[in-house]
Amino acid sequence: MNAQNPPGKYSAGVKEYRETYWEPNYTPKESDILACFKITPQPGVPREEAAAAVAAESSTGTWTTVWTDLLTDLEYYKGRAYAIEDVPGDDESYYAFIAYPMGLFEEGSVVNVFTSLVGNVFGFKAVRALRLEDVRFPLWFVATCDGPPHGIQVERDKLDKYGRPFLGCTIKPKLGLSAKNYGRAVYEALRGGLDFTKDDENVNSQPFMRWRDRFEFCQEAIEKAEKETGERKGHYLNVTAPNVEEMYKRAEFAKEIGTPIIMSDYLTLGWAAQASLSRWCRDNGMLLHVHRAMHGVIDRHPKHGINFRVLAKMLRLLGGDHLHSGTVVGKLEGDRAATLGWIDLMREKVVKEDRSRGIFFDQDWGQMPGVMPVASGGIHVWHMPALVNIFGDDACLQFGGGTLGHPWGNAAGAAANRVAVEACVKARNEGRELEKEGKDILTKAAQHSPELKIAMETWKEIKFEFDTVDKLDVAHR
Amino acid sequence: MSDVQDYSSRLSDPNSRKMGTFSYLPQLTDDELRKQVEYIVAKGWNPAIEHTEPENATSNYWYMWKLPMFGETDVDAVFQEVELCKTANPKNHVRLVGYDNFKQSQGTAMVVHRAEIRA
Repeated sequence: MNAQNPPGKYSAGVKEYRETYWEPNYTPKESDILACFKITPQPGVPREEAAAAVAAESSTGTWTTVWTDLLTDLEYYKGRAYAIEDVPGDDESYYAFIAYPMGLFEEGSVVNVFTSLVGNVFGFKAVRALRLEDVRFPLWFVATCDGPPHGIQVERDKLDKYGRPFLGCTIKPKLGLSAKNYGRAVYEALRGGLDFTKDDENVNSQPFMRWRDRFEFCQEAIEKAEKETGERKGHYLNVTAPNVEEMYKRAEFAKEIGTPIIMSDYLTLGWAAQASLSRWCRDNGMLLHVHRAMHGVIDRHPKHGINFRVLAKMLRLLGGDHLHSGTVVGKLEGDRAATLGWIDLMREKVVKEDRSRGIFFDQDWGQMPGVMPVASGGIHVWHMPALVNIFGDDACLQFGGGTLGHPWGNAAGAAANRVAVEACVKARNEGRELEKEGKDILTKAAQHSPELKIAMETWKEIKFEFDTVDKLDVAHR
Repeated sequence: MSDVQDYSSRLSDPNSRKMGTFSYLPQLTDDELRKQVEYIVAKGWNPAIEHTEPENATSNYWYMWKLPMFGETDVDAVFQEVELCKTANPKNHVRLVGYDNFKQSQGTAMVVHRAEIRA
Protein backbone atom coordinates (compact mmCIF):
# COMPACT_ATOMS: atom_id res chain seq x y z
CA MET A 1 0.00 0.00 0.00
CA ASN A 2 1.35 3.36 -0.96
CA ALA A 3 1.51 5.97 1.81
CA GLN A 4 1.51 9.01 -0.51
CA ASN A 5 -1.51 7.90 -2.45
CA PRO A 6 -3.90 6.06 -0.16
CA PRO A 7 -6.20 4.00 -2.33
CA GLY A 8 -9.62 5.44 -2.91
CA LYS A 9 -12.81 3.51 -2.94
CA TYR A 10 -13.41 1.14 -5.83
CA SER A 11 -15.33 2.85 -8.58
CA ALA A 12 -16.06 0.86 -11.72
CA GLY A 13 -15.84 2.36 -15.20
CA VAL A 14 -13.43 3.68 -17.80
CA LYS A 15 -10.89 6.29 -16.67
CA GLU A 16 -8.74 8.39 -18.92
CA TYR A 17 -5.31 6.81 -19.15
CA ARG A 18 -3.46 10.06 -18.58
CA GLU A 19 -4.85 10.39 -15.05
CA THR A 20 -2.78 7.36 -14.08
CA TYR A 21 -0.07 6.76 -16.68
CA TRP A 22 1.14 10.24 -17.76
CA GLU A 23 3.74 11.61 -15.32
CA PRO A 24 5.76 14.40 -16.93
CA ASN A 25 7.59 15.05 -13.64
CA TYR A 26 8.83 11.50 -13.26
CA THR A 27 12.61 11.03 -13.17
CA PRO A 28 13.53 7.61 -14.57
CA LYS A 29 15.39 5.31 -12.20
CA GLU A 30 18.66 3.54 -13.07
CA SER A 31 16.82 0.25 -12.70
CA ASP A 32 13.91 1.14 -15.04
CA ILE A 33 13.61 -0.30 -18.49
CA LEU A 34 13.07 2.72 -20.75
CA ALA A 35 11.42 2.67 -24.14
CA CYS A 36 10.96 5.23 -26.86
CA PHE A 37 7.90 4.69 -29.07
CA LYS A 38 6.99 6.63 -32.17
CA ILE A 39 3.24 7.09 -31.91
CA THR A 40 0.92 7.94 -34.76
CA PRO A 41 -2.41 8.49 -33.00
CA GLN A 42 -5.95 8.20 -34.31
CA PRO A 43 -7.31 11.64 -35.20
CA GLY A 44 -8.63 13.50 -32.18
CA VAL A 45 -6.69 11.54 -29.54
CA PRO A 46 -4.56 13.99 -27.52
CA ARG A 47 -0.80 13.24 -27.35
CA GLU A 48 -0.68 12.70 -23.61
CA GLU A 49 -3.64 10.37 -23.72
CA ALA A 50 -2.16 8.22 -26.49
CA ALA A 51 1.26 8.11 -24.77
CA ALA A 52 -0.36 7.18 -21.47
CA ALA A 53 -2.45 4.54 -23.22
CA VAL A 54 0.68 2.95 -24.68
CA ALA A 55 2.32 2.98 -21.23
CA ALA A 56 -0.76 1.40 -19.70
CA GLU A 57 -1.34 -1.24 -22.34
CA SER A 58 2.31 -2.30 -22.35
CA SER A 59 2.38 -2.66 -18.55
CA THR A 60 -0.41 -3.11 -16.01
CA GLY A 61 -3.42 -1.50 -17.62
CA THR A 62 -6.55 -2.85 -19.11
CA TRP A 63 -9.44 -0.95 -20.69
CA THR A 64 -11.53 -0.66 -17.53
CA THR A 65 -10.90 -0.39 -13.82
CA VAL A 66 -11.08 -3.74 -12.03
CA TRP A 67 -11.47 -4.27 -8.27
CA THR A 68 -8.36 -6.46 -8.07
CA ASP A 69 -6.29 -3.35 -9.00
CA LEU A 70 -6.75 -2.44 -5.36
CA LEU A 71 -5.04 -5.63 -4.12
CA THR A 72 -1.61 -4.52 -5.36
CA ASP A 73 0.64 -1.50 -5.44
CA LEU A 74 -0.26 -0.33 -8.93
CA GLU A 75 1.58 2.89 -8.26
CA TYR A 76 4.78 0.81 -8.32
CA TYR A 77 3.96 -1.60 -11.13
CA LYS A 78 2.61 0.77 -13.73
CA GLY A 79 4.59 1.94 -16.74
CA ARG A 80 4.81 5.73 -16.94
CA ALA A 81 4.88 7.95 -19.97
CA TYR A 82 7.28 10.66 -18.79
CA ALA A 83 8.14 12.67 -21.90
CA ILE A 84 6.83 13.51 -25.35
CA GLU A 85 8.89 14.93 -28.20
CA ASP A 86 8.24 15.99 -31.76
CA VAL A 87 9.52 13.78 -34.55
CA PRO A 88 11.70 15.98 -36.76
CA GLY A 89 10.10 16.57 -40.13
CA ASP A 90 6.81 14.90 -39.18
CA ASP A 91 3.68 16.72 -37.96
CA GLU A 92 1.62 13.62 -37.45
CA SER A 93 3.74 11.42 -35.19
CA TYR A 94 5.68 12.02 -31.98
CA TYR A 95 8.02 10.17 -29.65
CA ALA A 96 6.73 9.01 -26.29
CA PHE A 97 9.20 7.95 -23.60
CA ILE A 98 8.01 5.33 -21.16
CA ALA A 99 9.63 3.98 -18.00
CA TYR A 100 8.90 0.49 -16.70
CA PRO A 101 9.85 -0.60 -13.15
CA MET A 102 12.16 -3.64 -12.79
CA GLY A 103 9.56 -5.63 -10.90
CA LEU A 104 7.48 -6.00 -14.05
CA PHE A 105 9.94 -8.33 -15.71
CA GLU A 106 11.45 -11.79 -15.32
CA GLU A 107 15.22 -11.60 -14.93
CA GLY A 108 17.16 -12.67 -18.03
CA SER A 109 14.04 -13.00 -20.17
CA VAL A 110 14.13 -11.04 -23.40
CA VAL A 111 10.97 -12.94 -24.31
CA ASN A 112 9.16 -11.56 -21.27
CA VAL A 113 10.28 -7.96 -21.80
CA PHE A 114 9.12 -7.89 -25.40
CA THR A 115 5.87 -9.69 -24.74
CA SER A 116 5.05 -6.62 -22.64
CA LEU A 117 6.65 -3.86 -24.70
CA VAL A 118 5.46 -4.95 -28.13
CA GLY A 119 2.56 -7.15 -27.07
CA ASN A 120 -1.13 -6.27 -27.22
CA VAL A 121 -0.33 -2.59 -27.37
CA PHE A 122 0.58 -2.85 -31.06
CA GLY A 123 -3.00 -3.72 -31.94
CA PHE A 124 -4.43 -1.01 -29.72
CA LYS A 125 -7.18 1.09 -31.32
CA ALA A 126 -6.20 4.55 -29.99
CA VAL A 127 -3.02 4.45 -32.06
CA ARG A 128 -3.01 4.19 -35.82
CA ALA A 129 0.60 3.08 -35.96
CA LEU A 130 3.27 2.42 -33.36
CA ARG A 131 6.99 1.88 -33.62
CA LEU A 132 9.42 0.89 -30.91
CA GLU A 133 12.47 3.04 -31.67
CA ASP A 134 14.82 2.20 -28.81
CA VAL A 135 14.98 0.45 -25.45
CA ARG A 136 17.38 1.15 -22.58
CA PHE A 137 18.19 -2.07 -20.76
CA PRO A 138 19.41 -1.40 -17.22
CA LEU A 139 22.55 -3.17 -16.04
CA TRP A 140 20.63 -5.56 -13.79
CA PHE A 141 18.80 -6.86 -16.84
CA VAL A 142 21.90 -7.05 -19.04
CA ALA A 143 23.72 -8.99 -16.33
CA THR A 144 20.92 -11.54 -16.02
CA CYS A 145 21.03 -12.38 -19.75
CA ASP A 146 23.59 -14.85 -21.16
CA GLY A 147 24.77 -12.64 -24.01
CA PRO A 148 27.07 -13.80 -26.83
CA PRO A 149 28.45 -17.32 -26.36
CA HIS A 150 32.01 -16.06 -26.97
CA GLY A 151 32.15 -12.51 -28.28
CA ILE A 152 34.54 -10.77 -30.63
CA GLN A 153 37.83 -11.15 -28.70
CA VAL A 154 37.39 -14.84 -27.97
CA GLU A 155 36.43 -15.51 -31.56
CA ARG A 156 39.61 -13.78 -32.76
CA ASP A 157 41.68 -15.84 -30.33
CA LYS A 158 40.03 -19.10 -31.37
CA LEU A 159 40.57 -18.32 -35.05
CA ASP A 160 43.97 -16.65 -34.62
CA LYS A 161 42.98 -13.68 -36.82
CA TYR A 162 43.81 -10.13 -35.82
CA GLY A 163 44.04 -6.62 -37.17
CA ARG A 164 41.65 -6.90 -40.08
CA PRO A 165 37.98 -7.60 -40.81
CA PHE A 166 36.99 -11.22 -41.41
CA LEU A 167 35.94 -12.20 -44.91
CA GLY A 168 33.00 -14.41 -45.73
CA CYS A 169 30.84 -15.55 -48.61
CA THR A 170 27.34 -16.93 -48.89
CA ILE A 171 27.23 -19.93 -51.19
CA LYS A 172 24.98 -19.45 -54.21
CA PRO A 173 22.68 -20.48 -55.75
CA LYS A 174 21.18 -20.52 -52.30
CA LEU A 175 18.91 -23.44 -53.10
CA GLY A 176 19.25 -26.45 -55.35
CA LEU A 177 22.87 -27.55 -55.17
CA SER A 178 23.72 -31.11 -54.17
CA ALA A 179 25.75 -31.45 -50.97
CA LYS A 180 28.89 -32.48 -52.81
CA ASN A 181 28.75 -29.63 -55.33
CA TYR A 182 27.96 -27.24 -52.51
CA GLY A 183 31.03 -28.45 -50.60
CA ARG A 184 33.09 -27.80 -53.74
CA ALA A 185 31.97 -24.16 -53.77
CA VAL A 186 32.90 -23.91 -50.08
CA TYR A 187 36.33 -25.44 -50.61
CA GLU A 188 37.17 -23.15 -53.52
CA ALA A 189 36.22 -19.99 -51.63
CA LEU A 190 38.14 -21.01 -48.50
CA ARG A 191 41.32 -22.07 -50.28
CA GLY A 192 41.34 -18.71 -52.09
CA GLY A 193 41.68 -16.81 -48.81
CA LEU A 194 38.28 -16.28 -47.20
CA ASP A 195 37.87 -16.98 -43.49
CA PHE A 196 34.29 -18.20 -43.73
CA THR A 197 31.64 -19.39 -46.06
CA LYS A 198 27.99 -19.44 -45.16
CA ASP A 199 24.76 -21.34 -45.59
CA ASP A 200 22.01 -19.07 -46.72
CA GLU A 201 19.21 -18.40 -44.27
CA ASN A 202 16.78 -20.81 -45.89
CA VAL A 203 19.25 -23.65 -46.35
CA ASN A 204 18.02 -26.14 -43.76
CA SER A 205 17.45 -29.75 -44.86
CA GLN A 206 15.62 -29.79 -48.13
CA PRO A 207 15.24 -32.85 -50.38
CA PHE A 208 17.99 -31.66 -52.75
CA MET A 209 20.52 -31.44 -49.89
CA ARG A 210 19.87 -32.99 -46.49
CA TRP A 211 21.61 -31.35 -43.58
CA ARG A 212 23.84 -34.26 -42.62
CA ASP A 213 25.29 -34.62 -46.11
CA ARG A 214 25.92 -30.88 -46.28
CA PHE A 215 27.67 -30.88 -42.90
CA GLU A 216 30.00 -33.72 -43.87
CA PHE A 217 30.98 -32.35 -47.28
CA CYS A 218 31.48 -28.83 -45.93
CA GLN A 219 33.63 -30.12 -43.09
CA GLU A 220 35.90 -31.92 -45.54
CA ALA A 221 36.15 -28.67 -47.52
CA ILE A 222 37.10 -26.74 -44.36
CA GLU A 223 39.73 -29.26 -43.32
CA LYS A 224 41.38 -29.43 -46.70
CA ALA A 225 41.42 -25.63 -47.10
CA GLU A 226 42.96 -25.35 -43.62
CA LYS A 227 45.75 -27.79 -44.49
CA GLU A 228 46.36 -26.09 -47.79
CA THR A 229 46.45 -22.48 -46.55
CA GLY A 230 47.65 -23.03 -43.00
CA GLU A 231 44.86 -20.72 -41.79
CA ARG A 232 41.75 -21.47 -39.74
CA LYS A 233 38.51 -21.64 -41.67
CA GLY A 234 34.83 -22.12 -41.02
CA HIS A 235 31.50 -22.60 -42.72
CA TYR A 236 28.37 -21.40 -40.93
CA LEU A 237 26.36 -24.61 -40.82
CA ASN A 238 22.75 -23.53 -40.44
CA VAL A 239 21.09 -25.56 -37.69
CA THR A 240 17.76 -23.74 -37.99
CA ALA A 241 15.23 -26.56 -37.94
CA PRO A 242 11.50 -27.22 -37.69
CA ASN A 243 11.74 -27.88 -33.94
CA VAL A 244 14.32 -27.49 -31.21
CA GLU A 245 14.97 -31.22 -30.84
CA GLU A 246 16.05 -31.31 -34.48
CA MET A 247 18.06 -28.10 -34.00
CA TYR A 248 20.02 -29.66 -31.14
CA LYS A 249 20.53 -32.87 -33.13
CA ARG A 250 22.15 -30.90 -35.95
CA ALA A 251 24.23 -28.81 -33.54
CA GLU A 252 25.50 -31.94 -31.77
CA PHE A 253 26.51 -33.48 -35.09
CA ALA A 254 28.33 -30.29 -36.07
CA LYS A 255 30.27 -30.53 -32.82
CA GLU A 256 30.99 -34.21 -33.37
CA ILE A 257 32.64 -33.59 -36.75
CA GLY A 258 34.71 -30.75 -35.25
CA THR A 259 33.33 -27.76 -37.10
CA PRO A 260 34.05 -24.37 -35.47
CA ILE A 261 30.89 -22.37 -36.20
CA ILE A 262 27.17 -22.94 -36.73
CA MET A 263 24.36 -20.56 -37.55
CA SER A 264 20.74 -19.73 -36.82
CA ASP A 265 17.98 -17.47 -38.12
CA TYR A 266 16.96 -15.93 -34.82
CA LEU A 267 13.71 -14.30 -35.83
CA THR A 268 12.17 -17.30 -37.57
CA LEU A 269 13.72 -19.81 -35.15
CA GLY A 270 12.20 -17.96 -32.21
CA TRP A 271 13.78 -16.01 -29.40
CA ALA A 272 13.62 -18.68 -26.71
CA ALA A 273 15.17 -21.23 -29.08
CA GLN A 274 17.88 -18.69 -29.94
CA ALA A 275 18.69 -18.16 -26.26
CA SER A 276 18.90 -21.94 -25.76
CA LEU A 277 21.08 -22.48 -28.81
CA SER A 278 23.40 -19.68 -27.72
CA ARG A 279 23.79 -21.25 -24.28
CA TRP A 280 24.51 -24.60 -25.94
CA CYS A 281 27.17 -22.89 -28.06
CA ARG A 282 28.91 -21.48 -25.00
CA ASP A 283 28.79 -24.86 -23.30
CA ASN A 284 30.26 -26.56 -26.34
CA GLY A 285 32.85 -24.06 -27.56
CA MET A 286 30.92 -23.45 -30.78
CA LEU A 287 30.80 -20.03 -32.44
CA LEU A 288 27.33 -18.83 -33.47
CA HIS A 289 26.56 -16.82 -36.58
CA VAL A 290 23.12 -15.22 -36.62
CA HIS A 291 21.07 -14.22 -39.64
CA ARG A 292 18.18 -11.75 -39.36
CA ALA A 293 15.77 -13.08 -42.02
CA MET A 294 12.31 -11.53 -41.47
CA HIS A 295 13.68 -8.34 -39.94
CA GLY A 296 12.35 -6.30 -42.86
CA VAL A 297 8.81 -7.29 -41.89
CA ILE A 298 9.39 -5.83 -38.44
CA ASP A 299 11.77 -2.91 -38.96
CA ARG A 300 11.26 -1.46 -42.42
CA HIS A 301 8.15 0.68 -42.03
CA PRO A 302 9.15 4.04 -40.57
CA LYS A 303 5.94 4.34 -38.51
CA HIS A 304 5.16 0.84 -37.38
CA GLY A 305 7.04 -2.09 -35.94
CA ILE A 306 10.40 -2.27 -34.19
CA ASN A 307 13.53 -0.42 -35.27
CA PHE A 308 16.44 -2.73 -36.11
CA ARG A 309 18.57 -1.14 -33.38
CA VAL A 310 16.19 -2.77 -30.88
CA LEU A 311 16.38 -6.12 -32.67
CA ALA A 312 20.18 -5.85 -32.58
CA LYS A 313 20.23 -5.12 -28.85
CA MET A 314 17.84 -8.00 -28.34
CA LEU A 315 20.17 -10.40 -30.15
CA ARG A 316 23.16 -9.30 -28.08
CA LEU A 317 21.13 -10.16 -24.97
CA LEU A 318 19.78 -13.45 -26.37
CA GLY A 319 23.24 -14.45 -27.54
CA GLY A 320 25.06 -14.74 -30.86
CA ASP A 321 28.64 -14.10 -32.00
CA HIS A 322 27.82 -12.60 -35.41
CA LEU A 323 24.77 -10.63 -36.56
CA HIS A 324 23.92 -9.23 -39.97
CA SER A 325 23.86 -5.45 -39.72
CA GLY A 326 23.40 -4.17 -43.26
CA THR A 327 26.26 -2.92 -45.41
CA VAL A 328 25.48 0.76 -45.96
CA VAL A 329 26.99 0.44 -49.43
CA GLY A 330 25.49 -2.67 -51.07
CA LYS A 331 22.15 -3.62 -52.54
CA LEU A 332 20.26 -3.79 -49.23
CA GLU A 333 18.68 -1.10 -47.07
CA GLY A 334 20.66 0.96 -44.65
CA ASP A 335 20.98 4.57 -43.73
CA ARG A 336 24.66 5.15 -42.95
CA ALA A 337 24.30 6.99 -39.64
CA ALA A 338 21.64 4.63 -38.32
CA THR A 339 23.73 1.59 -39.29
CA LEU A 340 26.76 3.04 -37.52
CA GLY A 341 24.54 3.50 -34.47
CA TRP A 342 23.47 -0.12 -34.21
CA ILE A 343 26.94 -1.40 -35.09
CA ASP A 344 28.11 0.41 -31.95
CA LEU A 345 25.23 -1.11 -30.00
CA MET A 346 26.40 -4.55 -31.10
CA ARG A 347 30.03 -4.27 -30.16
CA GLU A 348 30.84 -1.40 -27.76
CA LYS A 349 30.80 -1.55 -23.95
CA VAL A 350 29.02 1.79 -23.43
CA VAL A 351 27.00 3.64 -26.06
CA LYS A 352 25.92 7.22 -25.44
CA GLU A 353 22.64 8.77 -26.53
CA ASP A 354 23.15 10.24 -30.01
CA ARG A 355 20.09 11.37 -31.95
CA SER A 356 22.17 11.92 -35.08
CA ARG A 357 22.56 8.13 -35.18
CA GLY A 358 19.07 7.34 -33.91
CA ILE A 359 20.22 6.35 -30.42
CA PHE A 360 17.73 7.61 -27.83
CA PHE A 361 19.32 6.33 -24.62
CA ASP A 362 22.70 5.71 -23.04
CA GLN A 363 23.28 1.96 -23.00
CA ASP A 364 25.74 0.34 -20.63
CA TRP A 365 26.54 -3.28 -21.51
CA GLY A 366 28.59 -3.92 -18.39
CA GLN A 367 30.93 -6.85 -19.02
CA MET A 368 28.80 -8.46 -21.73
CA PRO A 369 30.92 -9.30 -24.80
CA GLY A 370 30.18 -7.73 -28.18
CA VAL A 371 28.62 -9.20 -31.30
CA MET A 372 30.54 -9.05 -34.59
CA PRO A 373 28.52 -7.12 -37.19
CA VAL A 374 28.23 -8.84 -40.56
CA ALA A 375 28.00 -6.78 -43.74
CA SER A 376 26.52 -8.98 -46.42
CA GLY A 377 24.71 -8.46 -49.69
CA GLY A 378 25.55 -6.86 -53.02
CA ILE A 379 29.12 -5.89 -52.19
CA HIS A 380 32.31 -6.43 -54.19
CA VAL A 381 35.97 -5.37 -54.22
CA TRP A 382 35.20 -1.78 -55.19
CA HIS A 383 33.27 -1.38 -51.95
CA MET A 384 36.20 -2.58 -49.86
CA PRO A 385 37.75 0.82 -49.02
CA ALA A 386 34.40 2.18 -47.81
CA LEU A 387 33.61 -1.00 -45.89
CA VAL A 388 36.94 -1.03 -44.04
CA ASN A 389 36.48 2.64 -43.24
CA ILE A 390 32.89 2.26 -42.01
CA PHE A 391 33.18 -1.03 -40.13
CA GLY A 392 36.78 -1.03 -38.94
CA ASP A 393 38.40 -4.35 -38.03
CA ASP A 394 35.71 -5.91 -35.88
CA ALA A 395 33.32 -6.95 -38.61
CA CYS A 396 32.78 -9.74 -41.08
CA LEU A 397 32.51 -8.59 -44.69
CA GLN A 398 30.63 -11.08 -46.84
CA PHE A 399 30.93 -11.15 -50.58
CA GLY A 400 28.55 -13.67 -52.18
CA GLY A 401 28.27 -12.73 -55.84
CA GLY A 402 31.43 -10.68 -55.26
CA THR A 403 33.36 -13.93 -54.74
CA LEU A 404 31.47 -16.56 -56.71
CA GLY A 405 30.92 -14.27 -59.69
CA HIS A 406 34.63 -13.86 -60.44
CA PRO A 407 35.36 -14.88 -64.05
CA TRP A 408 38.05 -17.33 -62.86
CA GLY A 409 35.94 -18.89 -60.14
CA ASN A 410 35.59 -18.84 -56.36
CA ALA A 411 39.24 -19.24 -55.39
CA ALA A 412 40.26 -16.30 -57.55
CA GLY A 413 37.29 -14.27 -56.29
CA ALA A 414 38.27 -15.04 -52.72
CA ALA A 415 41.90 -14.12 -53.32
CA ALA A 416 40.84 -10.83 -54.92
CA ASN A 417 38.81 -9.95 -51.83
CA ARG A 418 41.58 -10.98 -49.47
CA VAL A 419 44.21 -8.94 -51.30
CA ALA A 420 41.81 -5.98 -51.40
CA VAL A 421 41.03 -6.09 -47.68
CA GLU A 422 44.68 -6.43 -46.70
CA ALA A 423 45.67 -3.58 -49.02
CA CYS A 424 42.98 -1.37 -47.47
CA VAL A 425 43.98 -2.26 -43.91
CA LYS A 426 47.63 -1.61 -44.70
CA ALA A 427 46.80 1.77 -46.27
CA ARG A 428 44.54 2.74 -43.36
CA ASN A 429 47.29 1.87 -40.88
CA GLU A 430 49.62 4.06 -42.90
CA GLY A 431 47.22 6.96 -42.34
CA ARG A 432 45.72 7.13 -45.80
CA GLU A 433 42.08 8.13 -46.40
CA LEU A 434 40.42 5.01 -47.73
CA GLU A 435 37.26 6.43 -49.23
CA LYS A 436 39.14 9.18 -51.02
CA GLU A 437 42.14 7.15 -52.19
CA GLY A 438 40.37 3.81 -52.60
CA LYS A 439 40.85 3.55 -56.34
CA ASP A 440 44.57 4.20 -56.12
CA ILE A 441 45.03 1.74 -53.26
CA LEU A 442 43.20 -1.06 -55.08
CA THR A 443 44.88 -0.34 -58.41
CA LYS A 444 48.33 -0.57 -56.82
CA ALA A 445 47.42 -3.80 -55.02
CA ALA A 446 46.14 -5.28 -58.28
CA GLN A 447 49.61 -4.95 -59.79
CA HIS A 448 50.61 -7.95 -57.66
CA SER A 449 47.29 -9.76 -57.93
CA PRO A 450 45.86 -10.74 -61.31
CA GLU A 451 42.78 -12.01 -59.45
CA LEU A 452 42.09 -8.55 -58.04
CA LYS A 453 42.75 -6.90 -61.38
CA ILE A 454 40.12 -9.04 -63.11
CA ALA A 455 37.66 -8.50 -60.25
CA MET A 456 38.06 -4.75 -60.60
CA GLU A 457 37.40 -4.96 -64.32
CA THR A 458 34.35 -7.18 -63.80
CA TRP A 459 32.53 -5.06 -61.22
CA LYS A 460 33.63 -1.56 -62.05
CA GLU A 461 30.29 -0.32 -63.31
CA ILE A 462 27.99 -1.77 -60.66
CA LYS A 463 26.36 0.79 -58.41
CA PHE A 464 23.40 0.59 -56.06
CA GLU A 465 21.75 3.92 -55.49
CA PHE A 466 18.17 3.22 -54.49
CA ASP A 467 16.94 5.57 -51.80
CA THR A 468 16.57 4.13 -48.32
CA VAL A 469 12.98 3.57 -47.17
CA ASP A 470 13.66 3.50 -43.44
CA LYS A 471 15.55 6.74 -42.97
CA LEU A 472 16.49 8.40 -39.73
CA ASP A 473 13.94 10.98 -38.65
CA VAL A 474 15.34 14.34 -39.69
CA ALA A 475 13.71 17.50 -40.92
CA HIS A 476 14.03 17.27 -44.71
CA ARG A 477 12.05 20.41 -45.49
CA MET B 1 38.47 -20.97 -71.15
CA SER B 2 41.91 -19.94 -72.34
CA ASP B 3 41.36 -16.62 -70.55
CA VAL B 4 40.72 -18.33 -67.24
CA GLN B 5 43.74 -18.52 -64.98
CA ASP B 6 44.31 -21.47 -62.65
CA TYR B 7 44.56 -20.83 -58.93
CA SER B 8 47.90 -22.36 -58.10
CA SER B 9 47.57 -23.32 -54.47
CA ARG B 10 48.65 -26.87 -53.57
CA LEU B 11 48.82 -29.06 -50.47
CA SER B 12 52.17 -30.27 -51.81
CA ASP B 13 53.61 -26.76 -52.02
CA PRO B 14 54.59 -25.25 -48.64
CA ASN B 15 54.63 -21.83 -50.29
CA SER B 16 50.83 -22.06 -50.53
CA ARG B 17 50.62 -21.65 -46.74
CA LYS B 18 49.46 -18.29 -45.48
CA MET B 19 49.84 -16.80 -42.03
CA GLY B 20 47.22 -14.18 -41.35
CA THR B 21 47.13 -10.46 -41.96
CA PHE B 22 49.31 -9.22 -44.85
CA SER B 23 50.26 -12.72 -45.98
CA TYR B 24 48.40 -12.05 -49.26
CA LEU B 25 50.45 -8.93 -49.97
CA PRO B 26 54.06 -8.63 -51.16
CA GLN B 27 56.63 -8.68 -48.35
CA LEU B 28 56.65 -5.34 -46.51
CA THR B 29 59.55 -3.04 -47.30
CA ASP B 30 61.49 -1.45 -44.43
CA ASP B 31 59.59 1.80 -44.94
CA GLU B 32 56.26 0.02 -44.91
CA LEU B 33 57.19 -1.89 -41.78
CA ARG B 34 58.06 1.34 -39.98
CA LYS B 35 54.63 2.73 -40.83
CA GLN B 36 52.92 -0.31 -39.34
CA VAL B 37 55.01 0.05 -36.18
CA GLU B 38 53.93 3.70 -36.03
CA TYR B 39 50.31 2.58 -36.27
CA ILE B 40 50.69 0.14 -33.36
CA VAL B 41 52.43 2.76 -31.24
CA ALA B 42 49.84 5.43 -32.10
CA LYS B 43 47.08 3.07 -31.03
CA GLY B 44 48.69 2.80 -27.62
CA TRP B 45 49.26 -0.93 -28.07
CA ASN B 46 52.30 -2.80 -26.78
CA PRO B 47 54.51 -4.08 -29.61
CA ALA B 48 55.71 -7.67 -29.51
CA ILE B 49 57.64 -9.90 -31.89
CA GLU B 50 57.10 -13.61 -32.52
CA HIS B 51 58.71 -16.10 -34.86
CA THR B 52 58.32 -19.71 -35.91
CA GLU B 53 59.62 -22.41 -38.19
CA PRO B 54 57.34 -22.35 -41.25
CA GLU B 55 56.16 -25.92 -40.61
CA ASN B 56 54.87 -24.93 -37.16
CA ALA B 57 53.14 -21.72 -38.23
CA THR B 58 49.60 -22.98 -37.54
CA SER B 59 50.20 -23.09 -33.79
CA ASN B 60 48.60 -20.46 -31.56
CA TYR B 61 51.94 -19.97 -29.90
CA TRP B 62 54.89 -18.87 -31.99
CA TYR B 63 58.16 -18.29 -30.12
CA MET B 64 58.18 -14.95 -28.31
CA TRP B 65 61.23 -12.90 -29.18
CA LYS B 66 62.24 -11.74 -25.70
CA LEU B 67 59.22 -10.09 -24.03
CA PRO B 68 56.55 -7.73 -25.38
CA MET B 69 57.99 -4.20 -25.47
CA PHE B 70 55.67 -2.69 -22.89
CA GLY B 71 55.36 1.06 -23.23
CA GLU B 72 57.86 1.21 -26.12
CA THR B 73 56.97 4.11 -28.42
CA ASP B 74 60.26 4.44 -30.30
CA VAL B 75 59.62 3.15 -33.81
CA ASP B 76 63.35 2.61 -34.46
CA ALA B 77 63.73 0.50 -31.33
CA VAL B 78 60.90 -1.82 -32.43
CA PHE B 79 62.19 -1.96 -35.98
CA GLN B 80 65.64 -2.83 -34.64
CA GLU B 81 64.23 -5.75 -32.61
CA VAL B 82 62.51 -7.13 -35.71
CA GLU B 83 65.88 -7.05 -37.48
CA LEU B 84 67.60 -8.75 -34.55
CA CYS B 85 64.94 -11.47 -34.47
CA LYS B 86 65.29 -12.04 -38.23
CA THR B 87 69.08 -12.29 -38.02
CA ALA B 88 68.97 -14.70 -35.12
CA ASN B 89 66.31 -16.86 -36.79
CA PRO B 90 67.00 -16.68 -40.50
CA LYS B 91 64.86 -19.69 -41.38
CA ASN B 92 61.77 -18.47 -39.51
CA HIS B 93 58.66 -16.41 -40.24
CA VAL B 94 58.41 -13.27 -38.12
CA ARG B 95 55.29 -11.43 -37.06
CA LEU B 96 54.61 -8.20 -35.29
CA VAL B 97 51.89 -8.11 -32.65
CA GLY B 98 50.20 -5.13 -31.01
CA TYR B 99 48.78 -6.14 -27.63
CA ASP B 100 45.68 -4.18 -26.64
CA ASN B 101 45.45 -4.52 -22.88
CA PHE B 102 42.02 -2.86 -22.74
CA LYS B 103 40.46 -5.35 -25.10
CA GLN B 104 42.60 -8.07 -23.49
CA SER B 105 43.45 -9.31 -26.94
CA GLN B 106 45.79 -8.64 -29.82
CA GLY B 107 44.81 -5.40 -31.58
CA THR B 108 46.73 -6.63 -34.56
CA ALA B 109 49.16 -9.33 -35.61
CA MET B 110 50.81 -9.13 -38.99
CA VAL B 111 53.45 -11.15 -40.77
CA VAL B 112 56.46 -8.89 -41.39
CA HIS B 113 58.94 -11.42 -42.68
CA ARG B 114 58.39 -14.63 -44.60
CA ALA B 115 61.17 -17.15 -44.56
CA GLU B 116 62.22 -18.58 -47.89
CA ILE B 117 60.85 -22.05 -48.51
CA ARG B 118 62.13 -24.44 -51.16
CA ALA B 119 59.36 -26.85 -52.01
